[in-house]
Amino acid sequence: MATHCPYCALQCGMVLREEDDAVSVLPRQFPTNRGGLCQKGWTAPELLSHPERLTSPLLRDPATGELRPATWEAALDRITTGLRDVQEQHGRDAVAVFGGGGLTNEKAYALGRFARVALRTRHIDYNGRFCMSSAAAAGMRAFGMDRGLPFPLSDLGRADTLLLVGANPAETMPPLVRWLTEHRERGGKLIVIDPRVTATARQADLHLQPLPGTDLAVANALLHIALTEGYVDGDYVATRTTGFTAVRRTVAGWWPARAEALSGVPVADLEETARALGTAARAIILTARGAEQHAKGVDTVTGFVNLALALGLPGRPGSGYGCLTGQGNGQGGREHGQKADQLPGYRKIDDLEARAHVARVWGVPADELPGPGVPAYQLLDSLGTDQGPRALLVFGSNPVVSAPRAARVEGRLRDLDLLVVADFLLSETAALADVVLPTAQWAEEDGTMTNLEGRVLRRRALRPPPAGVRTDLEILAALSARLRGSTPADRPARERPTDSTADGQPSEAEAADPCVVFAELRRASAGGIADYAGISWDRIDAADGVFWPCPDDDGPDSPRLFTERFATADGLARFRPVEHRPAAEEVCADYPLHFTTGRVLAQYQSGTQTRRVAALRRAAPEAFVELHPDLAERLGVTDGEPVRVLSRRGEFQAPARLSPGIRADTVFAPFHWGGPARANSVTNDAVDPVSGMPEFKICAVRVERA
Amino acid sequence: MTGHSERVVVVGNGMAGARVAAELHARGEDLKVTVLGAEPHPAYNRIMLSTLLTGKIGESDVELAEVAGRGVDLRTGVTVSAIDRATGQVRTDDGDRIPYDHLVLATGSRAVVPALPGLDPEHLPERVIPFRTLDDCRRILALAGTARRALVLGGGLLGLEAARGLALRGLDVGVVHRVPYLMDRQLDPAAGAMLAGTLAALGVTTHVAVEPTAVRADAAGVRLELSDGRSLEADLLVLACGVRPDTALATAAGLAVERGVLVDDRLRTSDRRISAIGDCAQHDGTLTGLVAPAWAQARVVAQLVTGQDPQARYRPRPVVTRLKAAGIDLAAMGDPTGGPGEELTFADPARGTYARLRIHDERLAAAILLGDNPSVGTVIQLFDRGHPVPTDRRALLLGRAVGGAVAAPAASPALMPDAATVCQCNTVSKGALVRCWRDGARTVDAVVAATRAGTGCGSCRDAVAGIVDWLSRTDPVEVGR
Repeated sequence: MATHCPYCALQCGMVLREEDDAVSVLPRQFPTNRGGLCQKGWTAPELLSHPERLTSPLLRDPATGELRPATWEAALDRITTGLRDVQEQHGRDAVAVFGGGGLTNEKAYALGRFARVALRTRHIDYNGRFCMSSAAAAGMRAFGMDRGLPFPLSDLGRADTLLLVGANPAETMPPLVRWLTEHRERGGKLIVIDPRVTATARQADLHLQPLPGTDLAVANALLHIALTEGYVDGDYVATRTTGFTAVRRTVAGWWPARAEALSGVPVADLEETARALGTAARAIILTARGAEQHAKGVDTVTGFVNLALALGLPGRPGSGYGCLTGQGNGQGGREHGQKADQLPGYRKIDDLEARAHVARVWGVPADELPGPGVPAYQLLDSLGTDQGPRALLVFGSNPVVSAPRAARVEGRLRDLDLLVVADFLLSETAALADVVLPTAQWAEEDGTMTNLEGRVLRRRALRPPPAGVRTDLEILAALSARLRGSTPADRPARERPTDSTADGQPSEAEAADPCVVFAELRRASAGGIADYAGISWDRIDAADGVFWPCPDDDGPDSPRLFTERFATADGLARFRPVEHRPAAEEVCADYPLHFTTGRVLAQYQSGTQTRRVAALRRAAPEAFVELHPDLAERLGVTDGEPVRVLSRRGEFQAPARLSPGIRADTVFAPFHWGGPARANSVTNDAVDPVSGMPEFKICAVRVERA
Repeated sequence: MTGHSERVVVVGNGMAGARVAAELHARGEDLKVTVLGAEPHPAYNRIMLSTLLTGKIGESDVELAEVAGRGVDLRTGVTVSAIDRATGQVRTDDGDRIPYDHLVLATGSRAVVPALPGLDPEHLPERVIPFRTLDDCRRILALAGTARRALVLGGGLLGLEAARGLALRGLDVGVVHRVPYLMDRQLDPAAGAMLAGTLAALGVTTHVAVEPTAVRADAAGVRLELSDGRSLEADLLVLACGVRPDTALATAAGLAVERGVLVDDRLRTSDRRISAIGDCAQHDGTLTGLVAPAWAQARVVAQLVTGQDPQARYRPRPVVTRLKAAGIDLAAMGDPTGGPGEELTFADPARGTYARLRIHDERLAAAILLGDNPSVGTVIQLFDRGHPVPTDRRALLLGRAVGGAVAAPAASPALMPDAATVCQCNTVSKGALVRCWRDGARTVDAVVAATRAGTGCGSCRDAVAGIVDWLSRTDPVEVGR
């Protein structure tokens, strides 16, 4: 059975085989991974029959406070009653939905529809806010469209110069490194910007190691040098962009020595970087979480987009700017209505035309659709408060581990009247729930995923879920059906719009069928930015996936964007001046060290899955705090000794790991673990004003011996 | 001044004046800010003028972002003729009177014209030009187009920047400096001498330890006579003999002035309704003459005038002098030639690399770095932030990675410990590969299929092949002993 890996946005092609109930994996030649798989992919089937797998709904026993197995009937009744009670007492917006970037397109779409049509709440958002939302916002602002990579991944191998900003694919998506290897073998130059000497930075020809939180100053200085050295593509700037003058004047104030003092990156290295980008025939700039997870993440990405535009890269074949999306369906998950302000097809929920179109597809009056909600952290932070929702349904996310200032979020979740979590393992968030619904895994369901290139892929079911388990779509369909039968009294009988093209609401069976849901998604996205109208499962099967936008059944798809025009009204890309500003929390006498978070190869996101896989647990058994040996010496800490990391918001504890590859003024920890080793206990919940992205990548801490 | 000032007038639209206007604009939306700039140009980055001299960029490239528009009235080409403190007004040379609740003086400084026969500061010869303003730059460029030789009087930072810029245009440039070594305020003799060597390679000749005695200039050229009896001829002479704070307005208004306009930690002059920042201000006995302190001062003034932070105070920070241009890389901070603590030196005259650092109390007290010093960014940050220096001092000379135990791949598989991870993506150790081979896998493909080594990023394929090759050449019985 040909399918794709369940984990990251690279979505490596793989083949699943079933023998005597045991499922094994073989890598598949696919244009992205070209036969490569990391150990996360190799070991993914282990969770299908894991002893901790949930195979029955769980209900919290009010008497003992414990979660106990229950029937689906009982669980769904409890949810329906709970939701109705909350909405009757506190209004429709008192129920919220929290999704995930790992859900299939069908599920992400169904979740948004469920929130807007079945619950009629404005409160839906998802963990993608914690992922690439800053790059998405910057891309929309500059290009009028946000597709992580506006070109196929294979372009990386043919670039002359490749700049990775805050990206560590050697750990986060190892098979992508095959393209870096090809790039090197062709004589290309790799430059990495990262405060740590990561596995990726070690492969670079040039590594810039800035102080965390100073990437934007580096970007502006690179453009300053591009201007003074004559690398700016004047024709391109004149014919394909607007707004350069304001950017030129802003970066005039970012002479390299100024950025050097702020970032610690030597001027000579800045100059070499600008030269390598500015003189290359093909150059690509990629950002990832290191640049994006800041309270100035959108502006930081914009700084690098400005640089790319000034050099004339976007839309030039073989060159460009892109974002390395993180989660498995981080791309598709942000296109079809999981976001607080969005409707399917990357439409804006406050756009009247968009509302009318989607309402027609959904068979509801447009004025019944709720307005925009609030971004993820704001939503989580309001839960259980007087102004916030009192009931929450979580699908495919574990915010107790993955949200910033996690102890506070955990408290908010505990304050809810009703917390429902759908998952196939008892995640830290599920453990707090009133109702836990056991869901199917990737090898047990059909659907589509959209990878980091904007290539829509097919996920295929190898076998049905085990007894007692339902798919997310089945759960949403069942809840929708029950909620329809329990319409609150204040809700007027729905009048079907006369111009409706949809024949009423789908039946429960239809709503649970991913193929039917995808057909509706295609209609809902038609005419939108992320137009899937011409994409069918058959068409995906016939090719190695289909790149959106693809509006027509028999028309071409779009592997390369922006070659002629950008997706703005006038077809021109937008420069936008951006200024460096300090982190939301800078170091001080009490908290003298910068703290930054990230990932390790053998774990994925909040670790709910990968921490339970034996081989991965052996490879990365526990959290750690990476310290420079000089800092460790000053703290009196030796390698392996437990240390406490404290911020104004909380603390966590993990063994010290000494490494000369980190700056002596900065400490790092991976965020994959919960409990006492939860790195997000200390992270800052300051968010970007545009994207709502929390500042995971920098806060001020103190480190002590435990 | 801790109160809210509604009408703020800024005299000067240079690096300091434009900055304070921007800082005020960012903080106080209801402020009415008037900026009066004597130069007719929009605000520009003075630091980029030497790049403008090279011809690589045009005038529009040195323009700075403006905050003109809502709440900010920017008037260029307007000279302030007087401050009327009694009525709270400034008078302009076009007869206008502009009332202020708070006045910020950012009048900058003027180029010093040395007292030499042949140089009348009010009527400089056509081919003798100071290097200070955009207009100066235009005049230099107008002559440089047809010039072959240029002289620069003054071997400080500004003079060397001008010299380098002209040399890059292909001119034959000579620098005349009174002190025995270049940039004597920042460097020591050894660094100064090495810098002279670096400049020579870029086409700049230096004449040190020599006084100019007279300037003879006419329409055809300029001749500089020297105390050692020589005279140097050129098509133009650039004066880079330092700057003097422009305090005329403040003096005439009766404010306390020494070398600069005296200011306290709030940047207040002797009149609390008037602040002074940048080159024209003298704080704690010190004139700054650099952008970084001027911008720090602009921020403090904005915080105070808008009432955003009544506790804001200007705290001078140690300054870093940086000269970075094609072929020259120089950073100087503090005075490393004396004082307590350890001294760290490195010199490679053949490559023009020099480093002299002073460490006191585990902090970097001073440094001169010339040439290719990969540690320069780290050194500047350590100095600026006062963070502890690396335990292994060599990291200060050679870059951050020095002294660390970065694991290098073993030269031969035989030397690699069994526990060493060969494949990171799939966590496969050398021992696992050996076991696999002993279990019967005899080819790279077979070992890869059994262990998954090399199936992730693929980077270790060569290492895996090397181990298999080594195993196949070694007696199986020996393996693993």
